[in-house]
Amino acid sequence: MSETKDDILIMQGISKAFPGVQALDDVDFSLQKGEIHCLVGENGAGKSTLIKVLTGVDRPDTGQILLGGKEIHPRSPQHSQTLGISTVYQEVNLCTNLSVAENILIGREPRKFGRIDWPAMNAQAANLLKRLLDVDIDVTQPLNTYTVAIQQMVAIARALDIASTQILILDEPTSSLDANETQQLFKVMRKLRDEGVGIIFITHFLSQVYEISDRITVLRNGKLVGTFETASLPRVELIAKMIGRSLDELDDMSSIKLESSKHIKTEAILDAQKVGRSGSIRPFDLQLRAGEVVGLAGLLGSGRTETARVLFGVDKPDTGQITFNGALVTDHGPLGSIKRGIALCPEDRKAEGIVDDLTVRENIVLAIQANKGWFSHIGVQEQYEIADKYIKMLNIATPTADQPVKNLSGGNQQKVILARWLATNPQVLILDEPTRGIDVGTKAEIQKLVLELADEGMACLFISSELEEVLRTSHRIAVLREREKVAEFSGEVDEHTIMHTIAGSEL
Amino acid sequence: MKPLAKLTFRWRSIAESRLFFPVIALCLVLLFDFIFIPGFFSIENRDGNLYGSLVDILRNGSAVSLLAIGMTLVIATGGVDLSVGAVMAISASVAGILMNPSALRNEVFFVTDPTYTFQPLWVVIGAALLVAVICGLWNGMLVAYMKIQPMVATLVLMTAGRGIAQLITNGLRVQITYRPFSYIGQGWFILPFSLYIVAFMLLATWLLTRKTAIGMFIESVGINFRSSFFSGIQERKVKLLAYTFCGFCAGIAGLVACSNVKTSDANNIGLFTELDAILAVVIGGTSMSGGRFSLLASVVGALVMQAVTQSMYAIGVPAFALQAIKSVVVIIVILLFSEQVRGLILRVGKKGV
Repeated sequence: MSETKDDILIMQGISKAFPGVQALDDVDFSLQKGEIHCLVGENGAGKSTLIKVLTGVDRPDTGQILLGGKEIHPRSPQHSQTLGISTVYQEVNLCTNLSVAENILIGREPRKFGRIDWPAMNAQAANLLKRLLDVDIDVTQPLNTYTVAIQQMVAIARALDIASTQILILDEPTSSLDANETQQLFKVMRKLRDEGVGIIFITHFLSQVYEISDRITVLRNGKLVGTFETASLPRVELIAKMIGRSLDELDDMSSIKLESSKHIKTEAILDAQKVGRSGSIRPFDLQLRAGEVVGLAGLLGSGRTETARVLFGVDKPDTGQITFNGALVTDHGPLGSIKRGIALCPEDRKAEGIVDDLTVRENIVLAIQANKGWFSHIGVQEQYEIADKYIKMLNIATPTADQPVKNLSGGNQQKVILARWLATNPQVLILDEPTRGIDVGTKAEIQKLVLELADEGMACLFISSELEEVLRTSHRIAVLREREKVAEFSGEVDEHTIMHTIAGSEL
Repeated sequence: MKPLAKLTFRWRSIAESRLFFPVIALCLVLLFDFIFIPGFFSIENRDGNLYGSLVDILRNGSAVSLLAIGMTLVIATGGVDLSVGAVMAISASVAGILMNPSALRNEVFFVTDPTYTFQPLWVVIGAALLVAVICGLWNGMLVAYMKIQPMVATLVLMTAGRGIAQLITNGLRVQITYRPFSYIGQGWFILPFSLYIVAFMLLATWLLTRKTAIGMFIESVGINFRSSFFSGIQERKVKLLAYTFCGFCAGIAGLVACSNVKTSDANNIGLFTELDAILAVVIGGTSMSGGRFSLLASVVGALVMQAVTQSMYAIGVPAFALQAIKSVVVIIVILLFSEQVRGLILRVGKKGV
């Protein structure tokens, strides 16, 4: 990597260790003025840690950071902000109970006679959203009345508004945005680039990497693989650099799928008839059969998650009936579902999945233990056996089963939750966005696992916002639009047909 | 665990253990005593029973230790129970009035003999504890099923509880002359009898939480109740259990306290002890926002509080200045718990190894 005088940021020899994990090992990184620089790598590659070092969340063990030629030591996110480094994190980091305007301008509220000037503040926030992101919403409403996508936009607006931003870091901002919103964001990014802002962009969507970035830095297992000009790096090579192995596994998928489709049973394990919940999902029919993967396709907010929640019983349906193996379900609720043999990996890994202070082992045995009740305690020895079995089976990267699950990377946390549910030995497995925020390699692993589980006789419901993934994994696909199930496809379908169904337009 | 890994991480695992800081705090207080108070560590043997300042710390700290055991579970679920002091008074009042019904001779019992008491003793104790458990159930219902914030929900009983206790005793301070009962707080079997109660409760609670799934469920609910709900844990039952158990512990603490002074005084028994109990749990390293807990560390925390009190009395600090001194100690301990200071200590340890 040659250093030019255009470099506004140079990070040299950065290392950082956490208990049992070398998160970064002698990593160099540079960012030029007016460029969009993608940071890519598998889970646990060290992308987030590098960002945390840069923004002062974590201190590096070794190495130095030069901003505009001067060495800096970011002490905290606030401090790095005053240095001109603004960040939008992977998980929306806002106060959802405050209004949109408050969220954007918190700490910098316009004041009049020492008091907050509310009209000015609301006007300023609305103006900002409109000007920067072309989003037109009521900024006086609490943030939690809006979708995650809008919340993400607000987070970006907040980061952008902070004065004299030289470096903008976007840590997977697009993972919950739909195509339109992503384009909106890209427009903003291009505009900022042209104004001379250096942008570090982290994403798992490779198509976006190629669409927007000027350069790419690849990390793997905490080490730097290299920095490349985007134009001169073919996609296949990039993937090879990221995962360090070939993509043959991905090609295996279709043959596995074909093979497994022969074992699909005809009668349904879980049969939902006219099941609905007002304000959540309109009445729908859905059958889940042993040996089959059913995909749910649809846009964000189309009712995918709501369908999963009603089937699992987190939300009680107010119309229709669910039968399980022929018996009518009356006690809707997580515990009842677990006892029947239904499992749900929820969409929001952090809020609904992991229990972050508990160890990997405890997280894995949580659901089986809940099923067994308070007093049939699973002995510690047995807990270790269960945990070790799944750590091995799912390839969970953790030094020991006693590591608090919060120390693991996102993809490994996802695997822990998967392990929790597989340990209950379910007949029906509902996976809501199991691959969100997960790298290519793990994604393929999980997709393959889903097909294998189906082949062993499990009924799977696979939800994902990536259509390609749904197509690749599912034997049958149900399409949702505006909180209603609108179509169902089985057999070979092409992406095109489904996209049109999602859009609600004629072919 | 492999022995090699154990060796490398020895300092870390010691320093990260929940017991580390409370024990260090206790040692510091005792070191202070050792230097400045002659004879603090001397223990007398009278007729096979042991007496001395150290024994006093254990004995006088037993009520708060009992409270801390119950409070640990409540705080671990992410709640807090402010009513334990009042529940102590209620339990003491029930016990007091059953052992001296003549105090209410005109209102309820029509017993005039001041030495008359309801028998046998376990009926008295059982009745007092039953009432305490009902108090705990009430708190648990409000928090778990009515979804009232724990601080508000238990504040109800904190303020109303002393009123209830006074109603039970008709506003009187009831003398307890029944001899067998005084053994609870004043009896000695080599060590003070109340110590055995604390030890028994500590062991029983440890078994209840760690040899069943209850401990893990409590921690899980305290850390992330939504994830716990999704995993099939019945959050409300877990919380109900924690508050009920806390009430039960407060009931025992009330009996110990009133047996100790031979009087059931609804106004003063357990006054402000809820704060001592909460502090003990905090010193014991359980986060006020819930999560991981250690019962033993909480009890050590209670002893730290008591040791401070005792040493201040011993060096002649007047009672009115005691609270100020206590608060200084509390601040030091809380500082020891902050991430920054812990990180510093871990780093020092790393360099040392």
